Amino acid sequence: MELLLEPLGYDFMVRALVTTALAAVVCAVLSCWLVLIGWSLMGDAVSHAVLPGVVLAYIVGAPFALGALVFALVAVTLIGVVRNTSRVKEDAAIGIVFSSLFALGLVLISVTPSQTDLNHIIFGNLLGVSIPDLIQVLVLGVVAFAILILKRRDLTLYAFDPIHAHAIGLSPKRLGALLLGLLALTSVVALQTVGVVLVVAMLIIPGATAYLLTDRFSRMLVIAPVISAVCSLAGIYISYYLDTASGAMVVLTQGVVFAVVYLFSPRQGLIGTRLAKARRRKAAALAV
Amino acid sequence: MISPAILVEHVTVHYGEVLALDAASVALEPARICGLVGMNGSGKSTLFKVIMGMIKPDAGTVRINGQSPSRARKQGGIGYVPQSEDVDWQFPLSVRDVVMMGRYGHQGFTRRASKADRAAVDEALDRVELGPYAGRQIGQLSGGQKKRAFVARGIAQGATTMLLDEPFAGVDKRSEATITRLLRELASDGCTILVSTHDLHALPQLCDEAILLMHKVLMHGPPEVVLQPENLAMAFGLDVLNSELPEGNVPDRNVPAPGITAPDLTAPAAERGNH
Repeated sequence: MELLLEPLGYDFMVRALVTTALAAVVCAVLSCWLVLIGWSLMGDAVSHAVLPGVVLAYIVGAPFALGALVFALVAVTLIGVVRNTSRVKEDAAIGIVFSSLFALGLVLISVTPSQTDLNHIIFGNLLGVSIPDLIQVLVLGVVAFAILILKRRDLTLYAFDPIHAHAIGLSPKRLGALLLGLLALTSVVALQTVGVVLVVAMLIIPGATAYLLTDRFSRMLVIAPVISAVCSLAGIYISYYLDTASGAMVVLTQGVVFAVVYLFSPRQGLIGTRLAKARRRKAAALAV
Repeated sequence: MISPAILVEHVTVHYGEVLALDAASVALEPARICGLVGMNGSGKSTLFKVIMGMIKPDAGTVRINGQSPSRARKQGGIGYVPQSEDVDWQFPLSVRDVVMMGRYGHQGFTRRASKADRAAVDEALDRVELGPYAGRQIGQLSGGQKKRAFVARGIAQGATTMLLDEPFAGVDKRSEATITRLLRELASDGCTILVSTHDLHALPQLCDEAILLMHKVLMHGPPEVVLQPENLAMAFGLDVLNSELPEGNVPDRNVPAPGITAPDLTAPAAERGNH
């Protein structure tokens, strides 16, 4: 108990925990759709491509989220254009666009005189979250979370069967755009926590882990954020006591939990399914 | 004269340079089942997409019960049963979840299900005899049950026009008979049904009429006539006669197919629903 309470004596730790928990939950909810649609790479792309937007917003003093949204849109449009108007396939188009935009962001940072440390954007600055940062993350996070939850059924329909969505008079295009917009918002939220490079982990791992644990989407939407939040808080505590990079520790914890689930999930796990089979066989043998 | 339920007039569609539909015209009266026959690439899926308004034709018009496709969609009149290969069967949804998606057009902003929605879903599930499987993940159904789940979605939706893409692919004879019976029931309730299929054997039992498509509508008439070998040869080339119709003739709808009279014991266990 002492171990859990001690870090809470520091304001910066409290802010770190609150920000991380929020980012973890929002990212995890979004990740449920991303892994099912097969948009993991898109999550990677958008989370990197928002960087120049964030830097430009910083330069002109606009909200980060605005810059991020604009560049998420630019990235998605460019990817679509390159894919549709040349023989380059989608994965290559994504790779070209996001790495170029990411590099543009790095260049912009290098020529911008500012107190913002490059490393903080790239790897996150969990322990240096200021009050305004916290408020921004809270507002964006809550907005993204609320939209995701309110529109969850439409988004699931879009992920599962966009043609049916169209046939009943909904617009799959608009739903796809909504999901991409939320991806951009969420990237900004998570950027603060784990940094651009590791956002993608928060956007994929929780959903993938939950997918191995259940056959119900509604349950995925509960399992993923719970796992993600617990892992993130655990990661911060571990980093506090072991004195390691906090953002990286959060992601590493999520990765370890995924590995355990991958091996031992009773439904899908590599070892878990075998154990279940052996148990059934034993029961059958006893019954004879 | 009854106004047609599906009216496609002189519709032309290009994909880039490729011509998919060439001034195709189809008029389908209400409560009829029509089989859409043609090779891969003959424009069957394009025709479906045009009817659903997913593709705007380069020329020509489409009317569903006298309305534009977008109006008809908004009213929930168009039901769609996708091809098996277009569905992610690993998707973590239950049969009931999928059927409930048919109700989304009737629901509010967050698609919260009302009592009426739940009742409609239960009724649709009973109608396709999937009640006991409602809680199953969709991938754990047999081929025929999967199809019926999507038909149930259309029923729950209250669709008056249903489009089915290859409903007999990956389905054994017994389920084929079940689906055929179900679709005939829906048609007698007033639903207009357009079915694209490779399975020429199933057509005469299922359909009131058939269309032979090869970019153009080559022929539209009673299935017994459309499926005459010499007519099929127009759409498929001559080799179809050997590969698709080994007996050289087409079964008549009045003569029940073997699957309907006697239970097919050779059907896999999964198909009988005991796994």
